[in-house]
Amino acid sequence: MTATATAAAPNLRRSLPWLAAGLGLVIAPHAFHLPPWVTAVVVACAGARLLLARQGRRPPGRWLRALAVVTGVSGIYLGYDTLLGLHAGVALLCLLMGLKLLELRGSRDIVVLVVFGYFLTATQFLFNDSLLMAAYMLAAVWALTALLIALQDRTAADRPWRYGRLAAAMLGQSLPVMLILFVLFPRIPGPLWGMPDDAYAGMTGLSDEMTPGAISQLGRSDEVALRVEFDDAPPAYPRRYWRGPVLARYDGRSWRRAGDSAPAAGDASRLVSTRAPTDYTVTLEPHNQRWLLALDMPVEAGRGSRAPRGGYLQASGPVRERIRYDASSVIAYRLGTGLTRKQQAYYTDLPDGAHPRTRQLASRWRAQTGSDRALVEHGLRHFRREPFHYTLQPPRLDGDTTDAFLFDTRSGFCEHYAGAFAVLMRAAGIPARVVTGYMGGRMNPAGDYMIVRQSDAHAWVEVWLDDRGWLRVDPTAYVAPERVERGLAGALPDGEAGPGAAVGAGGLLQRLHLQWDAVNAYWHRWVLAYGPSLQQQLLQQLRLDSWPRLALALAAGIALTLAALTFSLLRRDRPLPPDPAAAAWGEFCRLLARRGLPRAPDEGPRDYARRAARRWPRDADAIDTVATRYEIARYGRGGVGAAEVRALRQAVRAFRSNSPVSRKGRSSSGKR
Amino acid sequence: MSAHASVSRAGTPETDRILREAERVILGKPRTLRLALACLLARGHLLIEDRPGVGKTTLALVLARLFGLDFRRIQFTSDLLPADVIGATIYERQAERFRFQPGPIFTQVVLADEVNRATPKAQSALLEAMEERQVTTDGTTRALPEPFFVIATQNPGDQLGTFPLPESQLDRFLMRVDIGDPDPAAERELLRGRDRRELIREAPPASTPDALAGLQRAVGRVHASDALIAYVQALLAQTRRTPGLVHGLSPRAGQALLHAARAWALLDGREAVLPEDVQAVFTAVAAHRLQGRDHDRAPTAESLLSAVAIP
Repeated sequence: MTATATAAAPNLRRSLPWLAAGLGLVIAPHAFHLPPWVTAVVVACAGARLLLARQGRRPPGRWLRALAVVTGVSGIYLGYDTLLGLHAGVALLCLLMGLKLLELRGSRDIVVLVVFGYFLTATQFLFNDSLLMAAYMLAAVWALTALLIALQDRTAADRPWRYGRLAAAMLGQSLPVMLILFVLFPRIPGPLWGMPDDAYAGMTGLSDEMTPGAISQLGRSDEVALRVEFDDAPPAYPRRYWRGPVLARYDGRSWRRAGDSAPAAGDASRLVSTRAPTDYTVTLEPHNQRWLLALDMPVEAGRGSRAPRGGYLQASGPVRERIRYDASSVIAYRLGTGLTRKQQAYYTDLPDGAHPRTRQLASRWRAQTGSDRALVEHGLRHFRREPFHYTLQPPRLDGDTTDAFLFDTRSGFCEHYAGAFAVLMRAAGIPARVVTGYMGGRMNPAGDYMIVRQSDAHAWVEVWLDDRGWLRVDPTAYVAPERVERGLAGALPDGEAGPGAAVGAGGLLQRLHLQWDAVNAYWHRWVLAYGPSLQQQLLQQLRLDSWPRLALALAAGIALTLAALTFSLLRRDRPLPPDPAAAAWGEFCRLLARRGLPRAPDEGPRDYARRAARRWPRDADAIDTVATRYEIARYGRGGVGAAEVRALRQAVRAFRSNSPVSRKGRSSSGKR
Repeated sequence: MSAHASVSRAGTPETDRILREAERVILGKPRTLRLALACLLARGHLLIEDRPGVGKTTLALVLARLFGLDFRRIQFTSDLLPADVIGATIYERQAERFRFQPGPIFTQVVLADEVNRATPKAQSALLEAMEERQVTTDGTTRALPEPFFVIATQNPGDQLGTFPLPESQLDRFLMRVDIGDPDPAAERELLRGRDRRELIREAPPASTPDALAGLQRAVGRVHASDALIAYVQALLAQTRRTPGLVHGLSPRAGQALLHAARAWALLDGREAVLPEDVQAVFTAVAAHRLQGRDHDRAPTAESLLSAVAIP
């Protein structure tokens, strides 16, 4: 062992900093989710190994290393309660990589570490699959490949960029094979390996429960909720209601989704429309919930969703990764033809004894108005008449929240207004329910699609009128009409910052922001979303939908690519790379040719210069300078250096502008 | 050393002096002399094809004398045996043992006069020694002296009772040159002057065997850029696709061409090869290796050169 260690020592000392840098590149993005102590241990291990190598000392002994491994693994286990799963597993890998670095001895260990680095790079995709991260990881792979090349070949150690260039060339050559595998290699439905549940914590989105305060937090997030591509023109802004879960169960404080105890919808969910539906495709960001969003009111939605139930689209399972689906909605519609007695009771249910002042107001309205329709209109006008105030920072509500909001604080946002209005309607005996979702969305001029953000989250009310079915009413629109006409930022009072204020409205930064969003959307649409179903469609179009044919196509595609690559690499008669010295010399020769002394193709620079000097003895010096500099740049030792080429170009320029030959030549050519 | 000097320094004092010295004896033949010297520097062997009496022996003598080398001459005749060239093992009666008596080939400069008069057997003894730079007799291998330089002469034309060297054997010679008649001025000077051999014997050596070894090593260090290599390759490719030739130049011939061009560049005092250097040695290196289909209409080396553009 000692023999190999001493033999490898000088190499090791030289390659270690590069190895540490390459692995650092791989580990760096992981540091965002690793426990700080793991990162610290990895950095410490690398530092210690570098120091040992510099001092020419050996790595720590076997017992010390064993102790480090046991301690580290125990630390991971204590921190995560497991060694498996996404976070614990990656943390374990990172830790082991650091320890492996510590015991690094020879070239074999470096190779092991680099290959390990490739794997660790791939795990980054489990945390972040954005375009930026993909580009970063590509750079990391490039660096690792260069490292691997450098390890095999030490002849150009003084010119490390050569390894980088070779690595880039090799990655470039592997690109066609990668594309073939990406398109044709069979995709397994679902994630490649089961993702543990902890991976989905912290996804933002609507909640299936509405209690004052919940949507306020949402309103401040600028994250994208969904992107929509319309087949035709998108609906006008005030009609962009994105329907999410319907909340019909009320306990006096919170609105919840209708559970299994809800009476069957029956006639109440029959949808009638006279107008043609709007078709569009939604790309939904993951929100870890079981519903899909669609323009109010969806009639049809593509794969992965079940028929609308309780008035909204349901997914087959929690949406845990970005999905795309086609949907079709009608903007003008009638929903429901009749409510059963049971349903009437369900949708007018209020907890006994809750909201005494609200009930009082409702019964006063009932007395003042003749019909349900008039009562609804009266109620909506109430919000405009009275001094209600739209704000994202409402005061705290204590006690009976609806009474306190309606009669005391009178400031809040959509959630407060929708909740209070539904309670008012129910108190007046009109069936009512709360619908949550998003309201608004802006077209991205850079990509011809609409972006709906979390800050567009909204809540509104549906009331039942016997002659009209479920009717959408938006009390917020009566308090702050700007909210449904221009969006959240327009509705907020001066001095209250909306989301994304830093981005700036209409500025360069915002345009860049939208451009970037468009690029990312394409990245998702064409790369990340290419899953089993899209692949199946494509394969069917290519008539490759049987296994033998697919296998044949895969093998043939890769074989052809490799053959083409091999052929082009082995082609002996490769042309010389364009030579700047030859170009400058060619210019000089053309110059003399125009003066009547063309160079024979087989005439060397020295012979030609001698001939030219005999013809124009006064310019002999200038001609000789050009020829000599060309000889140096083209045939001299050390290949074509930039300085030599520059000197040659300079000589040619000087010859062209100063020599009497060329002046004479120019005047004579002018006469011609 | 400036970059400028790396290509075009005007002659080293050493090679200039040697050339001047040689031109004092060989009159009016600077180019042949230069080629012969380049051949010696490139560690090649030289084949001279010319009539008797134009100074072949004098040229060989001059080259040997310039560097103070041993010189022997072997006259090839039809009854020459291989042992007459490389030597033989003889029995010494007094000492009662066999002893190897080295032949005339154990010399630094060998003039093999009229090689085409000897039988192929004797010829091949010489040619093998040239190639291997060693001689094996009775199972013992003996190295030839260093430097080892063979100048063979051959009478041109079809003559009765000769064995012209076969094409494959010609490849052993780096260059083939002819001497030709001197120009009138040089010939008058020759007639007026003293006997050339005498002149050579009187003159002190201009250089030493060690200096020659140094120059031979320096030839290997002369730079050939990628652009120049491409030119040499284009020339080789041209010989292979020219229809009038039986076959083109072999890769070994290509190496020989490049090496000879290096020696030529060194004689010019340069540290890098130019296309002109390749052109200067091309005929001497290539002509005897190329076999035309039709003797009269075979393309000349010059026509091959002019058909290839310098890349």
